[in-house]
Amino acid sequence: MDLQEKILTSFLQLENKGIIDLDSNIHKIREKAINAFKKTGFPTKKEEEWKYTSLKKLLKYDYSLFPTNENTIELKNVKQHLIHEIDSYKIVFIDGVYSSYLSDTTHEGMDICLMSSALKKPKYKMIIDHYFDTITNKKDSITSLNTAFAIQGAFIHIKKNTIVEKPIQLIHFATNTEKALLLQPRNLIIVDENSHVRIVEKHQGLNNDNITLTNSVTEIFANKRAIIDYYKIQDDIENNSLLDQTYIQQKDNSIVTINTFSFGGNTTRNTLEFHQNGEHIDSNLNGITILNKKQHVDNHTLVMHNQPNCESHELYKGIYADSATGVFNGKVIVNKIAQKTNAFQQNNNILLGDKATINSKPQLEIFADDVKCSHGCTIGQLDEMALFYMQQRGISKKEAQGLLLYAFGNDVVEKIAIPELKYRITKLIAQKLNVKLGF
Amino acid sequence: MLKITNLHAGVEGTEILKGINLEIKAGEVHAIMGPNGSGKSTLSSVIAGNETYEVSQGEILLNNESILDDAPDVRSHKGVFMSFQYPVEIPGVTTTNFIKTAINAKRSYLGLDDLPAKDMLKLIKEKAALLEMDRKFLSRSLNQGFSGGEKKRNEIFQMAMLAPKLAILDETDSGLDIDALKIVANGVNKLKNENNAVLVITHYQRLLDYIVPDFVHVLHNGKIVKSGGKELAFELEEKGYDWLK
Repeated sequence: MDLQEKILTSFLQLENKGIIDLDSNIHKIREKAINAFKKTGFPTKKEEEWKYTSLKKLLKYDYSLFPTNENTIELKNVKQHLIHEIDSYKIVFIDGVYSSYLSDTTHEGMDICLMSSALKKPKYKMIIDHYFDTITNKKDSITSLNTAFAIQGAFIHIKKNTIVEKPIQLIHFATNTEKALLLQPRNLIIVDENSHVRIVEKHQGLNNDNITLTNSVTEIFANKRAIIDYYKIQDDIENNSLLDQTYIQQKDNSIVTINTFSFGGNTTRNTLEFHQNGEHIDSNLNGITILNKKQHVDNHTLVMHNQPNCESHELYKGIYADSATGVFNGKVIVNKIAQKTNAFQQNNNILLGDKATINSKPQLEIFADDVKCSHGCTIGQLDEMALFYMQQRGISKKEAQGLLLYAFGNDVVEKIAIPELKYRITKLIAQKLNVKLGF
Repeated sequence: MLKITNLHAGVEGTEILKGINLEIKAGEVHAIMGPNGSGKSTLSSVIAGNETYEVSQGEILLNNESILDDAPDVRSHKGVFMSFQYPVEIPGVTTTNFIKTAINAKRSYLGLDDLPAKDMLKLIKEKAALLEMDRKFLSRSLNQGFSGGEKKRNEIFQMAMLAPKLAILDETDSGLDIDALKIVANGVNKLKNENNAVLVITHYQRLLDYIVPDFVHVLHNGKIVKSGGKELAFELEEKGYDWLK
């Protein structure tokens, strides 16, 4: 049985399991989604948006869609994967199953809890009907696949005029105890007027014997004057892969920043879509990719400037060693009425290995005439003169290379608004680049 | 201290240095002057070990030991310092962190432990004062957004920190106004003693008013065509280089 057939059978199982309400609006959405997926199946390289990322190798495994055992893990074994030095809210899953023991949720003045309860409990019905699956791309078949199996994930609703002091950590652990497991978390994040929240999302495998493929979808709504800082930390073990689709809708004067740190995993696809549905909106997309061996990362971004007087700033940096491969596809669409748009996009890459490649493709479609848009893309090697300069001061060539690479990614690191996270990312980058920073 | 014999070097098959002979003893200040394209900067790069240049013949001895096979960082540890004509900007690495890394790399080469933070700070404070450097420059990214004068001051600051045996000042006066020039020269003079040596590479005589050389050499077409005392610099200033060709 191929994977697609298995998925369709599993969907019937899901309906028969009795864990979901078959009469709900949500289930109608699920049914529509499974039909959409059935029609198109998994994307192939023939599709323009998937030209440089092949899922073929990932899809040859016999994934189970529901874990057979409920796994527990000890805090002390996973503490290193959490930002534990500071107080934070935590929503933690182990193989897709909520771990109340590792989590720290709340309903006080805001909801930082589970998608499963939001989908079931009547008090959330209005919110769910209003927001759920309203901004996803219905033509994206793996998003549809996720929607069909949308049961669990994080549900975050920050009510108006709230500054959430503690960051929220969203952690998905994969124990890799099944031969091959497909996880499909579904997150919904709503930030109401004048509220501010910081979120860190991480997918972490704990054992490299088996395979976990995660197909994650997150919808984020920033209402008027909301500020959202979002950090995606992708430093997974070699066997695990991530397909991550994030959809963002912004209203007037809101500021949303998505930072994507891609340092590990086998194959990572980040689909990131911003929809500006208001004026004076600021959308920021930052990313650092540092890969080696045969790792692959595909950053596929879209910014829809639908209204006038908005800005978008996009900065992606990539360092590719060995045979690592990368894709940057940055699409910016400026609608006819979106006058006075400022849209900036930059993608800089350094190739360290002879077999490393990057496919960088900026796509600007501008239909308004009074706009400022720019894009730049560079692919290069390290500056020989800078290396000589540092060596002259007594720093070894290897360390000088590391320092220069660190410096290359630094402007993205500087944007991290959580000091403990910034420290961790700095350390992680140093470790990835195999450099002792000495400070 | 430094002995160069019959040095031939070039880049991609083009010979630039065509048989340089030069000896610098401890306690001396030498100046190398010459028109553009005479090979001045190549000479300093080759002494410092820039791998872009290939040495085809000759020898460079530092304290009677050949350094030709040493990587630039090893030459640095052995006491060679070169102040760059165009110091490189490195975003995200502060001057303080950069110099700390450099100092500790040298200490590790010498088999010493890292310098304790307190001592490092004290040293930095002392040397920054020598160059009249504002402390805030030290916490900024290395050379990023620095003016020409600030960059050169930062070079001499690093020289002061590393206390080299042989300091090569490559066109240190270019891009400096007279005040900055005085500060930089003053810094060099204070660092000068009977155990170290300075090699000033310059196009103009101006810097030599402040860093007074014991010997002046004229480089032309990859060879030293004339050597003399400091009065040679004045002669060159007056007559230009044409009479030597």
